[in-house]
Amino acid sequence: MPLKPVRQVLDNGAVVIAEENHTTPAVALVAVVRAGGYDDPVGKEGTAALLARVLDRGTLTRSADAIADDLDGRGASLTVSAGRHQVGVGAACLVEDFPPVLAIAADVLRSPALPEPDIATRRAEILTSIRQEDDDPASVATNRFMEDLYGAHPYARRVRGTAESVAAIDRSDLVAFHERWFGPSALTVVVVGSLPAEVLVEQVAAAFGGWAGSGSRRVLEVPEAEVPAARRLERVAMPDKAQADVAYGFVGVRRLDPRYMAASVMNNALGQYALGGRLGDSIRERQGMAYYVFSSLDGGAGPGPLMVRAGVSADNVDRTITSIDSELSVVVEQGFTEKEIAESRQYMIGAIPRGLETHAGIAGFLLNAELFGLGLDYDQRLPDLIRAVTHDAAMDAARTLLRPDRATVVVAGPEATGQ
Amino acid sequence: MPGVASREAGVGSKASQVRETILDNGLKVLVQEVHSAPLASVWCWYRVGSRDEGPGLTGVSHWVEHMNFKGTTNIPRDQVKGIIEQFGGSWNGYTWIDQTTYLETASTDALDRMLFIEAERMDRCVYDPGECESERTVIISELQGGENDPEQLLDMEVTATAFKVHPYRHPTIGWQSDLEVMTREDLYGHYKRYYTPANATLVIVGDVETDDVLRRAEREFGAIHSRGTPARRTAIEPRQDAERRVILRKEGNTAYWKAVYHSPAFGDAAFFPLLVADAVLSGGAGLNIWSAGRVSRPQRSSRLYRRLVDGGIASSVHGALLPTAQPFLYSISATVSAERALAAVEDAVLDELDRLMRDGITDPELEKAKAQLRARFVFDMDGVTDIAHQLGYFETIGSWRDALTLGQRLAAVTPAEVLDVVRTVFAPSNRTIGWFEPQAEQCR
Repeated sequence: MPLKPVRQVLDNGAVVIAEENHTTPAVALVAVVRAGGYDDPVGKEGTAALLARVLDRGTLTRSADAIADDLDGRGASLTVSAGRHQVGVGAACLVEDFPPVLAIAADVLRSPALPEPDIATRRAEILTSIRQEDDDPASVATNRFMEDLYGAHPYARRVRGTAESVAAIDRSDLVAFHERWFGPSALTVVVVGSLPAEVLVEQVAAAFGGWAGSGSRRVLEVPEAEVPAARRLERVAMPDKAQADVAYGFVGVRRLDPRYMAASVMNNALGQYALGGRLGDSIRERQGMAYYVFSSLDGGAGPGPLMVRAGVSADNVDRTITSIDSELSVVVEQGFTEKEIAESRQYMIGAIPRGLETHAGIAGFLLNAELFGLGLDYDQRLPDLIRAVTHDAAMDAARTLLRPDRATVVVAGPEATGQ
Repeated sequence: MPGVASREAGVGSKASQVRETILDNGLKVLVQEVHSAPLASVWCWYRVGSRDEGPGLTGVSHWVEHMNFKGTTNIPRDQVKGIIEQFGGSWNGYTWIDQTTYLETASTDALDRMLFIEAERMDRCVYDPGECESERTVIISELQGGENDPEQLLDMEVTATAFKVHPYRHPTIGWQSDLEVMTREDLYGHYKRYYTPANATLVIVGDVETDDVLRRAEREFGAIHSRGTPARRTAIEPRQDAERRVILRKEGNTAYWKAVYHSPAFGDAAFFPLLVADAVLSGGAGLNIWSAGRVSRPQRSSRLYRRLVDGGIASSVHGALLPTAQPFLYSISATVSAERALAAVEDAVLDELDRLMRDGITDPELEKAKAQLRARFVFDMDGVTDIAHQLGYFETIGSWRDALTLGQRLAAVTPAEVLDVVRTVFAPSNRTIGWFEPQAEQCR
């Protein structure tokens, strides 16, 4: 059952994509502009994230309470979030509520009031969540890993910012970010729901068509990241915690890198397939050391990381790192088997329909395809793209990316007791 | 796929769309056709959870769940990996207080494979002693990972304090002291006792044909010997007559506040009035514990959000009423804002509860709560996996038909019923309050 999305570019440059789906009598919407934490001013990291938090707290014509009352009265859900390269509104509602919910989503993106009192309250909320992250070994390991791996590259910066940088952001920074980056030419809207696609497109066009705003669609050029020349291991002591978290990895590849698909298949065999691929076989299944161990490949606009993560008792940290080193060395020196790569290919192809099970799943897939220019028929082309990854190509990706002697490793958690 | 069929699927679930069949060995099979995607979801549910565990055996149900992924008579250990992944499918399981369940969602051509796995799991798991031992440390690692989260630690302490005798008191993962000494025989005995056809429900939802699925299910499961229905542990929690308090002090940088109140079971007439009260307090939440949180709850206009979060004393607040077979706990949890006091959060929440007990809710609030919950019940059924989950889940705490009458029970709620239930549940003597007081770092 291939997707049959309808795509329309409005006169003001906004892109609208709609898909009809009747699994539930509801509509899912995502509307994003192409700017995010990556575009935060230096020293004011967290600007996009704070803006997202305040964006739906009132517009020029609707008070925050009126928005909350309207959405809550319908049982609709509307959230604004910021990523590295996007700020977006996500909404879910019953089909009969879609026009008014869409109107609020459009108003929030176009004309936020950004009231001072709300900025103060939401800034305090973000500061609390930064503190919570700083008390969580998994977050500490991951955040520190990104800092150590990326150094001076912008990907070292946290979208949420730091306590210092968030404290430095004021209303004028939010207004400036909104003025610079929010406009119809930067906007992509995807809707999936139980109405004909043409009707959905018309409704979105009515909500956003009148947005006269900034000019040209920008071409984002994220610089290459310098690959570390040597191995680096950092330990962050969190004495009162029950177990340690390990983050281990390398600079990966961009989503549009010709090697991306091969790297993705390789990553599946390494740390995802079944209960964590080869790493799961070794560290969870054979050695019983961890409840979770997996690898992830974050191929975005720039070269995101290939990261291995594991949660283990403090006494098993060194054994876990040694096991990751040795599994990676074995992969690079002796290779994956043909069967492993074939299984990962087959899994990734077979999993495509599952990713399209829900309205939100379909919307996310279509958004991703649009942002990376993959085409409206990407769900139909993707199986062949995965099938085309040869064992040699996957091994090339492994040899390029997996360099234990140059790995960046962070451990956060209690000290070993030596037992 | 004909367009007509996919349109018929657009209604979540109706009783008339679900076929119930009971095999000779007692296994109940539920099938619903949903043709919106080329997928099928198979869930096998067992009426056994952490409430069935006696002293010394806490966590055994969950550990059994782990062992039931480690090979069977006809699925050798080395063939477990990939058995469903080769169809692009995912498989998983969970254990909670009333139930244990296993699922596969995959392309429809994996249907026989999914049924085969569940039939093997019901009757022929191996429990190799070495595998049991290796899994002990995996589960302790899972437990310790959870303990890294102060909110989870506080929840465990508060729940254990709120119950004196009912086995809902211990965490599903178990106490570490029990996990350290449990034996392979404990695990295998628990498995053999509770994993019987008559204690299970098999649910299949997706792009399937009902008669065909039933033939396949009969072929895979029909020969499994009926071993009757195991008796379940029951206990009646004595009425709580005095407020209880827990203060947890541990290294950290954020304070957390939690209150729990003994609350009605899902089958109790007071359940839906309390669900409405929860929606008024902190926004309507759905009743699908599998997909909970996928669609955020509408809570900006709720009483507790406005008072605590908009008021700046907490960065988050939420209530939770979960559908359970026996009376469990209604909880309110808040993250205290930096530089704000636990006592300020407590005063504000208790003040809101006093107001609710004094004045009840308004008609507009009732209408809003119902609209929110009606929408949640639709989102709870988004896709074949969720529909199958809801049918099976409610069968383990009542009947699968309950999953399809949530809207009716909700519609019947009156303000007077809400007032009655909040005056009973939120009585101070019925509560247990927990504080997590972060202590400064010692030697980082």
